[in-house]
Amino acid sequence: MSLFDIFNVAGSAMTAQGQRLNTVASNIANADSTSGPDGQVYKSKQVVFQAVPAAEPGSTGVRVLQVVESQAPPRMVYDPKHPQANEEGYVAMPNVNVVEEMVNMISASRSYQTNVETMNAAKTMLLKTLTLGQ
Amino acid sequence: MIGKLDEMLRFHQTVLALRAERQQVLASNIANADTPNYKARDIDFNAALKTALGKSGAAEPTLVKTSAAHLSGVSAGVTATGAPLLYRTPAQGSVDGNTVDMDAERNRFMDNALRYEAGVTFAGGQIKKMMAAIQGQ
Repeated sequence: MSLFDIFNVAGSAMTAQGQRLNTVASNIANADSTSGPDGQVYKSKQVVFQAVPAAEPGSTGVRVLQVVESQAPPRMVYDPKHPQANEEGYVAMPNVNVVEEMVNMISASRSYQTNVETMNAAKTMLLKTLTLGQ
Repeated sequence: MIGKLDEMLRFHQTVLALRAERQQVLASNIANADTPNYKARDIDFNAALKTALGKSGAAEPTLVKTSAAHLSGVSAGVTATGAPLLYRTPAQGSVDGNTVDMDAERNRFMDNALRYEAGVTFAGGQIKKMMAAIQGQ
């Protein structure tokens, strides 16, 4: 029954968008973290989506293929009093672009909402089908 | 008699199956709105319905699947009922190679859902009519 597959497809998209929102949250939370668990400056993380075929032919779900770290150079801020400042007095700040992350957040939450609506529409259709002949 | 009842509902049954399939294809498009290089797909409903109704009523032989991992034996270019999956021509391209136009897809999704519900209503009406004829009340 192809309508039931919509739940799998929309559900996979909700999981993927949720994970994207998660990376956005950690990026924004760590926008000023000069040192991560490994002592290095925090690097911005981004998810990579991949389309995966679902159970029914013609339906395609989505999953997070990998989480990549941005290779952009760290933002150098002049602050000689900072304990992590280098010899020239510059501190390496995370390469997180907060404006970009905000845009990413809005996009992820909108996509999530759309998939919730998709699921609701499929549910309404299935319920309507159950009333057939009554 | 039973064969005639079956024949009477075949049109509605075919329409609903195709509408459900199209809904699933459109849901995949919406789910993959942010996937790089994903190409939006759709089925040509009119052509698929004509093909489906033109087919003989005899069921095609299918392979028995005993595991969820077994392949369906249907190529990736067609849906479960054999309607060919086409690619959408994008109105405006996107940098990541994705051709999903969210507004258009949502529009089609709601349109298709409404037509599905209309199909259910028509089928229900036909069943009611037949029940009235059978019961003679």
